[in-house]
Amino acid sequence: MEHETQSSEPVVTNRTMEIVAALFFATVAVIVMADSLRVGAGWASDGPRAGYFPFYVGLVMLVSSLSTLGIAVFRRAGDKSTFVERDQFALVLKVFVPSIVFVAAVGFIGIYVAATLFIAFFMHWVGRYPARTILPVAVLVPMALFVAFEIWFLVPLPKGPLEAMLGY
Amino acid sequence: MEALASLIQGFGVLADPMNIVYMFVGITLGVLIGVLPGLGGANGVAILLPLTFSMSPTSAIIMLSCIYWGALFGGAITSVLFNIPGEPWSVATTFDGHPMAQKGRAGEALTAAFTSSFFGAFVAVVLITFLAPLIARFALRFGPAEFFAVQMLTFCSFIGMGSESPFKVLCAMMFGFALAAVGIDTVTGELRMTFGSIELLRGFDFLIAVIGLFGIGEILLTMEEGLAFRGKSAKISATVVWNTWKQLPRYWITAIRGSIVGCWMGITPGGATPASFMSYGLAKRFSRDGQKFGTGEMEGVVAPETAAHAAGTSALLPMLTLGIPGSPTAAVLLGGLLIWGLQPGPLLFVEQKEFVWGLIASMYIGNVAGLIVVLTTVPLFASILRIPFSIIAPIIIVICAVGAYTVHNAFFDIVMMMVFGVLGYVFKKLSYPLAPLVLALVLGDMAESSFRQAMLVSQGDLAIFWSNPLVGGIISLALLMLFWPVIALFLRKRQARRVESTEAIPAK
Repeated sequence: MEHETQSSEPVVTNRTMEIVAALFFATVAVIVMADSLRVGAGWASDGPRAGYFPFYVGLVMLVSSLSTLGIAVFRRAGDKSTFVERDQFALVLKVFVPSIVFVAAVGFIGIYVAATLFIAFFMHWVGRYPARTILPVAVLVPMALFVAFEIWFLVPLPKGPLEAMLGY
Repeated sequence: MEALASLIQGFGVLADPMNIVYMFVGITLGVLIGVLPGLGGANGVAILLPLTFSMSPTSAIIMLSCIYWGALFGGAITSVLFNIPGEPWSVATTFDGHPMAQKGRAGEALTAAFTSSFFGAFVAVVLITFLAPLIARFALRFGPAEFFAVQMLTFCSFIGMGSESPFKVLCAMMFGFALAAVGIDTVTGELRMTFGSIELLRGFDFLIAVIGLFGIGEILLTMEEGLAFRGKSAKISATVVWNTWKQLPRYWITAIRGSIVGCWMGITPGGATPASFMSYGLAKRFSRDGQKFGTGEMEGVVAPETAAHAAGTSALLPMLTLGIPGSPTAAVLLGGLLIWGLQPGPLLFVEQKEFVWGLIASMYIGNVAGLIVVLTTVPLFASILRIPFSIIAPIIIVICAVGAYTVHNAFFDIVMMMVFGVLGYVFKKLSYPLAPLVLALVLGDMAESSFRQAMLVSQGDLAIFWSNPLVGGIISLALLMLFWPVIALFLRKRQARRVESTEAIPAK
């Protein structure tokens, strides 16, 4: 999908991200192999030990991630294309950071209150809606979830002090 | 015919009115999921899976598979009206579907898309009805070596048939296997890669991964594009439907070709997305109006839709008969079966006859129901799409969080979901494929245990994989797929210097 927005400065190039991702996989691979060696990657009297299969999984992963890394580092032309522009990245953060806060809040005040605040905040901050649009959405959606899960399907979701006060 | 008799029994299972209700609920939810960005077939089913734990497995699978049919139908709505593919497999539908809508023929385009979806699915269901029992009976003779060979073929096909860099496919796949290995080793009971953490003891549930990778990742991607929905409105009246249906028989060759491509790509895990592109490409090459493709040809809607739906449906064939899903959504359904205590595979056809045939019968009725639902409710779903993204996005994130939490009632899973969301975003942008990752995560334990059992039988001798023609043939084919990128490179170098890489998709 091509977007004709005025392109802002790149935050990071594809080449850098390729290298970061390859290094990530290589690190995971090394961890997997190291742990497989710890539990034993060879044969015991009763057959292959617990690390037998994961060790080779790690090995293949290491080889293929190093290959990707090699391609990204040594390719002559070098992929200078943009991974993400600054404006785009700002938009992504705009949804990502509040989501993180929302997830953290679920642990303290329960999912229903957190969802209300999250939806209200997001609609106000990103959508710039007036309160009369925000309130019904932010209140009714968590209420609907509450009815569906706690009452209809009897699946408990994380609850906080407010629900405790109301007797749930 | 034995299959027919079993099928009639299966329709008997559906006589329960509750099952019909679940079917319509499922279809409606599925279309909704298919229409909304960030909620696709795979993670929609994953989110709703925990809700079905209290139902009987037959009702649950009927509802879940209907969600899947609904999502397949729903993807077409966004493609045609908004030029935004709701699902990856409906990208090819935008090529001609949206130009048709711009010319004011949205109703025709949608009718053509839905009807050809239905046709593709119907062909695939007939195929499943008659082929599945045969494959299951055949697979009853499989030992661990054969099972591992088939699983290996599944995974190697991703490398041979994928368009991504083979190293990236391997990386993503092995990442899935590694995640699957975390937790208690099922054979020896030893702890692997938990590093003393209690949360990791449970291992990584693929449902969490699916919700994060496909749900949160998709939201981040959509946000980045700064999406504004500017769509065409559509009214479908009975006359439009009738007029379109009168035109459709002209494209019977395209429809049959699309269905065959779709069935093949669905059974081998090529998936619905490449199937739809391949079918579109073939139709463009062979059609008399090939040059007009892309300007709003109905044939250009028929081709990808039949293939996508045929592939989506036939992906359930290897899932039911061999326990090997052909697509991420089929993988999620397989996970559901395991949770209900049903082990997919050849024995399912012997031990759970009622369940299997109930499911197959529901595919017939579900697709008819789906066609009716989408034809009658298009304006409703199109209006849902006009809800701005700044309202939809937080709601979808909340729903994803709820879905992730309900899998194990664990707060840690919501955190993991966000981590997977970031991974999904980065992987998508760097074109690391997500399907092999998810499949490896689902099949990891199974593949490992069949490999270890095979190794036990042979005392560690790899020659067991060539011990009889069957297993040898499958493994050799798998290796061919694995090294196909290298082989293709040689062939290409020999032929010519500069060949379009897009044409190098192996015809296999």
